[in-house]
Amino acid sequence: MWAMILKEFLELRRDRRTMVMIIALPLVLLVVFGYAANFKVTDVPTYVVGPKAEQVAAQLRAPFDVQRIDPDDTEQDGKDALRSQDAGAVVVTTDAAGPSTVLIDGSNQFAGQSAAAAALATNGMLKPEVLYNPDLKTSWVMVPALVGMIMAFIGTIITAIGLVRERQAGTLEQLAVMPFKASDVIVGKIVPYFVLAAFDMILVTVLGCLLFGVPFTGNALVLALGAALFLFTVLGLGVLISSVSQNQGQAMQMALMTMLPQILLSGMIFPLSAMAAGVRWIGYLFPLTYFNMISNGVMLRDAPLPSLAIPLGVLAGMALLVFTAAVLRFRRDLAPAAPKAARTPATAGSAR
Amino acid sequence: MTHTDTAPMAWGTNKVTVTFGNTTALREVTLDAIPGQVTAVVGGDGAGKTTLLRTLVGRIRPQSGQVSAPASTDCGFMPTGASGVWQELTVDENIDFVAAAHHLTGRELARRRAELLTAAGLEKATDRLAGALSGGMRQKLAFCLAILHQPRLLILDEPSTGVDPVSRVDLWRLISRAAAGGAAVVMSTTYLDEAERSSTCIVLNRGKALASGTPQTILTHVPGTVTTGTAPSGPPELSWRRGRQTRSWHAGPARPGEQPILADMEDTVIALALADQRQES
Repeated sequence: MWAMILKEFLELRRDRRTMVMIIALPLVLLVVFGYAANFKVTDVPTYVVGPKAEQVAAQLRAPFDVQRIDPDDTEQDGKDALRSQDAGAVVVTTDAAGPSTVLIDGSNQFAGQSAAAAALATNGMLKPEVLYNPDLKTSWVMVPALVGMIMAFIGTIITAIGLVRERQAGTLEQLAVMPFKASDVIVGKIVPYFVLAAFDMILVTVLGCLLFGVPFTGNALVLALGAALFLFTVLGLGVLISSVSQNQGQAMQMALMTMLPQILLSGMIFPLSAMAAGVRWIGYLFPLTYFNMISNGVMLRDAPLPSLAIPLGVLAGMALLVFTAAVLRFRRDLAPAAPKAARTPATAGSAR
Repeated sequence: MTHTDTAPMAWGTNKVTVTFGNTTALREVTLDAIPGQVTAVVGGDGAGKTTLLRTLVGRIRPQSGQVSAPASTDCGFMPTGASGVWQELTVDENIDFVAAAHHLTGRELARRRAELLTAAGLEKATDRLAGALSGGMRQKLAFCLAILHQPRLLILDEPSTGVDPVSRVDLWRLISRAAAGGAAVVMSTTYLDEAERSSTCIVLNRGKALASGTPQTILTHVPGTVTTGTAPSGPPELSWRRGRQTRSWHAGPARPGEQPILADMEDTVIALALADQRQES
């Protein structure tokens, strides 16, 4: 029995990835659930507009975090700020007596809930009006996020598995000696996954709108642009994972390791604004975070293009970087093995 | 790699050296691939057979020496273990894919398909997934894929390893036919009876060519003396079993009273390896 136990430990020690998972996973989960798993938003960036702005702003309490007070701004200016997500709530004051209206961004579900609950608790000082997701339905927020998650799933996991299958079976070698150009092989391997992921994305978007009544208020072209950039990033990630994996199991393991933190920290489940700053910044490293901003903005708020410039720009940068790295790596795998220099001169000498 | 259209001429490697890090996989190995002939590359595990073939097909760039082979459109390569077939595709789909890569269509494709599948005994398995074929059938499919476009240089890495004796006969028939059709065939093998059937043969051991030439030349140049008996006549590490007999080898000429035997290819390759080991140490 001891021999069996020892052998198992020896095998585990050689399998570095599993070791990393055994050690890193509990730590990651602890950090994520300790610092990020929080549905309660305590700060909602708030604008106060209208003639009595100063007065009303002085009475606002948490979670309303007053960031701008402008008596000259109108309700329309407030709505524009919400659409661009410059604010999560806008208090519109009037000269008339009675409660002021607080416009709340419902596309940010948990912040919206916080703000709406707080407004109702003001004893009639504020009258909440939730925009973009009036009933604060979870499905309205989840469908745009799922679009990204499904693309990431196909782009990363399915692509990595499909590529590693070719490598594992040895047929990648065969492709390399056949009269194909390297670009033919790379494009031919990636296009099917791009098409499948794009198809799934359209399917989820359309079905989501039909089944759950999720509105599609914005420009489909903007969403398509974001989706294309996001797809290039996750496909590139899939290619890179396949090139460092020996078999489908390893590819799956690594792909899941990139998916899990993305799902947890992209703001899809736990609101980014409720996370501790350190963990939130990890979330900002993931492409899904930026795609969520785009899909949520386009579908629910008809977000103006300038307000999506940052996520679109970041995704473009990521796509360029990751996809280029993936293509270069793939090319290297298809190129003939070149003679490698000995690692250190000392060992080179001892070879003779 | 040079590409030339003047035929017939020999392709092959000239004093090729391949190193991986600190390991020298091939040391100044010269191999000729002559149209219409089968060249066998023999040697034990890790001798450098696969490295030599992969260098010839252009998958490994040698440290030094020259490689001459036709362009990839005129090369056919069958990697070891039938890894050149797509297991999730059917036999027909495998052929369609490779044909498309070589721009083979229409009647020509239909003719080649029928011809090869019949010769390989796969004509009734065209709808089966390659992954569901038996090992021997899959090897034969891999061979058909390598030869589909009638390459002028055909490189086969252990085509018959793990194949049952009947399928081996089929495979050899296919290989001979390809050579008779004018292809230069280079194949590695661990079966030395196959090496004896080749036109020329190269014996590799630890990256070095120990002997090369026609099988007859190699058999007549056995180093030292090989004897046979019921027990080792010298140190046990210089003896090996052949059926019920035990062969023994020593480096010098036959000693008084010794009856040297005519070594076959298997004895010769072992004697060459032993002589090489002795020289190294």
